[in-house]
Amino acid sequence: MRLSMDLELQDVPGQLLLALQPLRDNKANIICVVHHREKKTPRGLIPVRLVVEMDRSKLDAIKKQLQSSGIALVRAGEERFIEAVSIILVGHILDSDLGDTIHRIDSTGFAEVMDLELTMPGVDEPSSAYIKIRATGKAEIQKAISILRQVSEEKKLLVIEPIEVEAV
Amino acid sequence: MKEVKISLIGYGIVGHGVVEVLNKKRNILKGLGLDLTLISVTDHTGTILDDKGIDADKILSEKTLANVATSGMKGKEVIEAIDSELVIEVTPTNIVHGQPGLDHMESALSGGKHVVTSNKGPLVVAFNHLKKLAVDNDVMLKFEATVGGTMPLISLAERTLIGNTIYGIKGIFNGTCNYILTRMAEESIPYLHALSEAQDMGIAEVDPSYDVEGVDTAGKVVILANALFDMSIKYSDVSVIGITGITPEALSLAKKRGYVVKLIGDVPALTVRPTLVPAGSPINVSGTLNSAAISTDLSGTITVTGLGAGSIETASAILSDIISIYMTKPIDFYF
Repeated sequence: MRLSMDLELQDVPGQLLLALQPLRDNKANIICVVHHREKKTPRGLIPVRLVVEMDRSKLDAIKKQLQSSGIALVRAGEERFIEAVSIILVGHILDSDLGDTIHRIDSTGFAEVMDLELTMPGVDEPSSAYIKIRATGKAEIQKAISILRQVSEEKKLLVIEPIEVEAV
Repeated sequence: MKEVKISLIGYGIVGHGVVEVLNKKRNILKGLGLDLTLISVTDHTGTILDDKGIDADKILSEKTLANVATSGMKGKEVIEAIDSELVIEVTPTNIVHGQPGLDHMESALSGGKHVVTSNKGPLVVAFNHLKKLAVDNDVMLKFEATVGGTMPLISLAERTLIGNTIYGIKGIFNGTCNYILTRMAEESIPYLHALSEAQDMGIAEVDPSYDVEGVDTAGKVVILANALFDMSIKYSDVSVIGITGITPEALSLAKKRGYVVKLIGDVPALTVRPTLVPAGSPINVSGTLNSAAISTDLSGTITVTGLGAGSIETASAILSDIISIYMTKPIDFYF
């Protein structure tokens, strides 16, 4: 099972290695480590996000081992999606089969539409929608955006993308 | 004292600003050792000439030169016949064929005259050709006013940030679109309502398509790409989407999530499109302001903002270009 974990490390040498040791001991396969050196917490700790493949039953053991090393495990959960993008669509969104538009993203397996808000001012007027797409990584987000661009071109929808892709 | 005789070609809003600014700053510039004398001004009705310097007060109250012209000479004839060493080219922009500005600039550069311009058209159509003409004739072509008006962008990238590798420039390059989007977001009003308000205020043209369809922004993208990224692109290389399809509901949805929608030009992506910008981003400026974020390898991202249009503001960028020709040594002087 793929899990993501948020840890907070002290800003001293060797902390990341200390944090990874319990994962190694419990045979977790590390998929991704994002070390946010530039985003210190108010307490001066460094947030680190890990995505691992592991047996979920080992999670408690890992938590205890991290605690005994003085490392805070802020959150752990099933989280395949580590990147997100907010997009606004404008046009005849419902009439052009919104279900199909969403399905084209969801059916990729690496990205999903996680949030949707639709505003329709009048029957003949273009509607506007906010959607949030999450994906398993940056490259996958870009692929999902490309799919959405293609679908929107077919359906004559305007896609308003963010200036940069945000982290979840 | 360095004496510089100048011909001004084009006497619309920007041309008036140039006459006013040159007149206003004349004594200060003399203090810097630069005596700028406007010896001819030309518009579509004719030319006024005075070798000792044109009296600004005499022509500033005139909308065109019809009543004050002393000659019927056209722009190209003036450039060829008059003994000026610098030509300010501010005729109306046409980004399809670049005329009449392109002919004016070619004549001036070929004749060994510096050119300072706010006219995007010739640069969009033939930037590399004009740049080569300038180099071959050992004169300068300066065009800060073509992108972002008074906002320093080209000189910032070419001089101040020299030594940096510029990865990209993203920005708001059209004040009319920015005004319309700002008003739509503030008042939740439809596009057409905000557009007619902008037209009433003189911010948008009667035919606004050049601005709102993204054409103007795309022209600036072409200039930046060719001037700062050593590209050789044409207008048709830019993917352009304007703001006419934006709804107030789209802006509200964006606002709820901490975003604004801005028309962003992106180099070297060569795109112009409505884009979600985080409300807290430094390039999120409102009203008719322009802004640009320049991302570099050494300096990180530098953001500049300023008035993108206006008579005096554009003339200010033209004046800085003129001064920089005479008071700044070229970078290659040092190497």
